Order: sequence, then structure tokens, then C-alpha cells
Amino acid sequence: MAPHAELEAQIDRWRGYVQRSRAISPADVDELEDHLREQIADRQATGLDDEEAFLVAIKRLGNLDAVSREFAREHSERLWKQLVLVPECSDDANASPWRELAVVLALAVGAGVAVKAGFAWIDDGAAMMRNLGLLVFPFLAAYFAWKRRLTGAMVAALIVPFAALAVALNLYPFAPGGATGMLAALHAPVILWLLTGVAYVGGRWRSDKRRMDFVRFTGELAIYYTLLALGGAVLIALTIATLRVVGADFQPVLDDWILPFAVPGALVVAAWLVEAKQQVVENIAPVLTRVFTPLTVAMLLVLLAVLATAGGFADIDRTLLILMDAILVLVLCLLLYSISARDPLAAPGLFDVLQLALVIAALAVDAVMLTAMLTRIAEFGYSPNKIAALGLNLLLLVHLVRAAWLAVGFLRRRLPFTAVERWQTRYLPIYGAWAAVVVVAFPPIFGFI
Amino acid sequence: MRIDKDLVAASATPLVLGILSDGDLYGYAILKRVSELSGGGMQWTDGMLYPLLHRLERLGYVSSLWGTSDAGRRRKHYTITPAGRDALADRQEQWTVVANALRQVWQSTQGPSSAIEGWA
Repeated sequence: MAPHAELEAQIDRWRGYVQRSRAISPADVDELEDHLREQIADRQATGLDDEEAFLVAIKRLGNLDAVSREFAREHSERLWKQLVLVPECSDDANASPWRELAVVLALAVGAGVAVKAGFAWIDDGAAMMRNLGLLVFPFLAAYFAWKRRLTGAMVAALIVPFAALAVALNLYPFAPGGATGMLAALHAPVILWLLTGVAYVGGRWRSDKRRMDFVRFTGELAIYYTLLALGGAVLIALTIATLRVVGADFQPVLDDWILPFAVPGALVVAAWLVEAKQQVVENIAPVLTRVFTPLTVAMLLVLLAVLATAGGFADIDRTLLILMDAILVLVLCLLLYSISARDPLAAPGLFDVLQLALVIAALAVDAVMLTAMLTRIAEFGYSPNKIAALGLNLLLLVHLVRAAWLAVGFLRRRLPFTAVERWQTRYLPIYGAWAAVVVVAFPPIFGFI
Repeated sequence: MRIDKDLVAASATPLVLGILSDGDLYGYAILKRVSELSGGGMQWTDGMLYPLLHRLERLGYVSSLWGTSDAGRRRKHYTITPAGRDALADRQEQWTVVANALRQVWQSTQGPSSAIEGWA
């Protein structure tokens, strides 16, 4: 060791330098170091001294920035922290944080103003519900359009479906209190969210990796939004309590001004936080999915047991079916998020078995639901609500069956994890298509009831 | 002679898969083999090999296993998978077509006919 002390020190310094690149994991550094040492040994064998051998080996390894960029391209999930789009030219990086903050705040206020104006001008509560997403979405999409520097053609491609959706939601003569209007209000956000996704991926929606990034983004956004909402709720509660003691009534201000601005504004701010500060949550995400996956499996099993002992499926009432649908969608979100948080190269492990258990439990619940729904439809005839729920459940069934199949293949080491991922990301647009059918085609088909 | 960058990039995957189809190897050994096979004509930037190997692993064409080198260091060995062999066969067909076409072009232009043999 002693005769090569200087060489060892140099290799150590090199390691320290390489480790700073977030795209290169410690295991990759080990791999590169092994390479470097082999190269050095070979050079030494040809008669070079330590210093020369080290220099040649470093040179042959290539420009570290270029290499780490190549690693980043391959392992975008690691770069998730400094994704999205490391500024190409560094001089623009110094100026942009403040400008970005200004843009974000302006858009957040804009979303608030839009919602406030909506409440002021749209008297009908049901119509307002249908329009809520339309009022907030453009600001979120505008942020990504600005951030990703979308081309004019891409922006147009976003505006056209958005406008079509706005026209359908506002010009259809929905019957007051009718089911189709309610269904449209529930399904429109799904379409808007996928359009946001198109803006998020900078128009590269065909790329599986980008889609997975969007799934990850959605999960992080939910976490950040929840944190913001909790913080906001604490502040508001304290303010209300204090003002009540003094005898001032804070409620009208809260209802009329704070909530209409804070709730949509927080969404834009949360999106920006996810973009800018990913590393804060990054370490929590895998932990959260690991905690909640087994808990959700337990919950599904309890539900199954309760449903099975409750007797005839036809008796299961509508509220329960809706609740169960919500649970299944939530399970799916958890599944997607945990898949997006997983290291695609890791070998199958216990957690993957748990995930398969989750999928199978969800499948069982879905099967029970489908049976119940078909029984209800056979007994009471069909209605827009039932068909919408039936369609969603069939989509979930296909999604889950294939996911379970691929997960088994992965656990038996027949398939790479990419196959599992790819199925998830490729299936997502189908939900958007179904939501579009419910929003656009259902009302005329069922006579706007 | 230096081989054009794009040509190196295009041939990298079939070369690595082909080399691995002869048996498991680790990164440095793969590069040495590339250098031997091309008579030193193909110089890769060493560091770029690893992102490529990781991509092939993600696609399921190779699998990897950590082992230990003679000197006791951690060393990652790569093995080609059945899917990798299929991909290799596919690439091989493509390259054969390209090489054949090029050979005919060389013959008709009576250019340097020996150039193609190296990577056909």
C-alpha cells in the first residue's frame, strides 16, 4: 500500500468527485473504480509510473460530465432530484430561480382569480362543479408550457381538446340534478390531468420514461399538496380561534377570499415545489409506499371478508359501490406510485411479492364489485351511473389482470421490470379515453338526464 | 484510423452483445476485447460503456452479478440473456444486409475494398 499511497489518494479524490454526480450511484462508482484500477494496472505493466498510469486511465474514462450525462439519460429516476431539464447553459441558471418563483406566484394568483370569478359569475352550483377543473387547469399547464418551452404546435394541441371539453361541459343541456352532469363533472378532471401530463412531459408523451416521470410527479404532488393543506389548515384554525376570542367573525373572509385563492393556488405552488425541491420528499416516497402497501392489502382483505359475509350481492347498495370504486382507484394510484419509486434494476424481492398480493386482493375486490354491478343491472336495468361504474371496473379489471400476470413473470425472473412499468404507463391513456367517452358521449346517449 | 463517432455508437450494442455471447465478462474486459477485435481501431470513451450496459440490462438483454476480482475488489459481471441473444440475431441480420449492400457499392466504385472486411 505504502509505495502507492499517492495513487490511492488520487483515486480517493476521483471517487469523491464522481460521487457528487447524482446520476451515478455508489454501486456505479464501484464499477467505474474497478475499471479505473484495471486500466491503471495495465498501464503500469507497460512501464508507466503511478502518476502517468492514473492520468492515462482518467483520460480514457472520458469527460466526467459527459459520462454522468449519459448515466443520467439512462437513469432518469435518480436524477429525479435535479431533473427536470438541468439548464443547458449555466448562465441562465442563476437568473431563473427568482423569475421562476415570480411566474409560479403569478400563475397561482391567476388560478385563484379564475376560481373566484367562477364563483362570482356562475350561480348554478352544479355548473360551477363542472367548470372548476377548467378554471384551474390552464394555470398548471401554463406553468409546464413555460418551464418546458413548449412549441406553438404543442400548445395548440393542448388547447384544442381543452376547448372541446369546455364546450361540451357548458353547452350540453344537462338536466338539473341529473346523473350525466354529475358524471361529466367527475370525469372531466381525469382528462384535464392527462392533458397536464402532456404539458409536463414537454409533449414527449410517447416516451414510457417520461410517462413514468409524470406518475412520480403526480404522487409527489399529492404529498406536497397534503403537506401544504395541513399547514394551511393549522394556520387558519389558529387565526379563527384567536379572532373569535376578540369577537371578530373570520368565517366570511375565509369562505369568500382565502379558500378560493388558497386551494387552487396551492396546487400550482405544490407543482413548483415538486419540480424544484424533489429531494426533500424523495427519500420519503419509497418509505410511504412500503408502509401503505401492506396496510392496503390488509384493508382490501377485510373489505372482502365483510362483503362475503354480507350475503347477496344485489343488496350491496349504491354508496358502497361508489366507495369501493374510489378505493380501487386509490389502490391503483398506490401501485403506480410504488412502481415509479422502485429502482428498475433491483432484483425481485419481498416487496414485489407484497405488491403482487396487493394486485390480487384488488382483483378479488374488483371481481366482487363486477358481480354486484351486473346483478344490479340485471335486476334494476341500466342507468348512466351504473354503466360508467361498470366501464371503470372493466378497465380496472384488465389493468389489474395484466399487471398481476407481468408481476408473476417478473418474480419468476422471466421478465425485466421494464415490462411491468411499460404496461402501467401504456395503459394510462385508456382511462383518459374512457373519461372522454363519459363526458362527451354519455350525456347525449342518455338524454342529458 | 479513427472510426466515426456515429458508426461506433451504432455498432456498440451488437458488439457488446456479441462479445458477451462468448461468455460472461466485466466492463474492462469487454472494452479490451473490443480493442482486440478492431485491432485498436475502435476507441470507445471507456466511461460510456457502463450506461450502455445498464441500458441493455434494463431492456433485459443482459443480466449482471456482483463478484470479486482477483485483487478482492467488487466487480460486476455481465451475462447475455435469451432475449439478448434474440436481439443479437436480429442485429446481425440487419448488419449483414448493410454490409452486403456496402460491399457491392465498394465493388462498383472500385474504392478501397478492404475497409469493409473489418466490420462486416
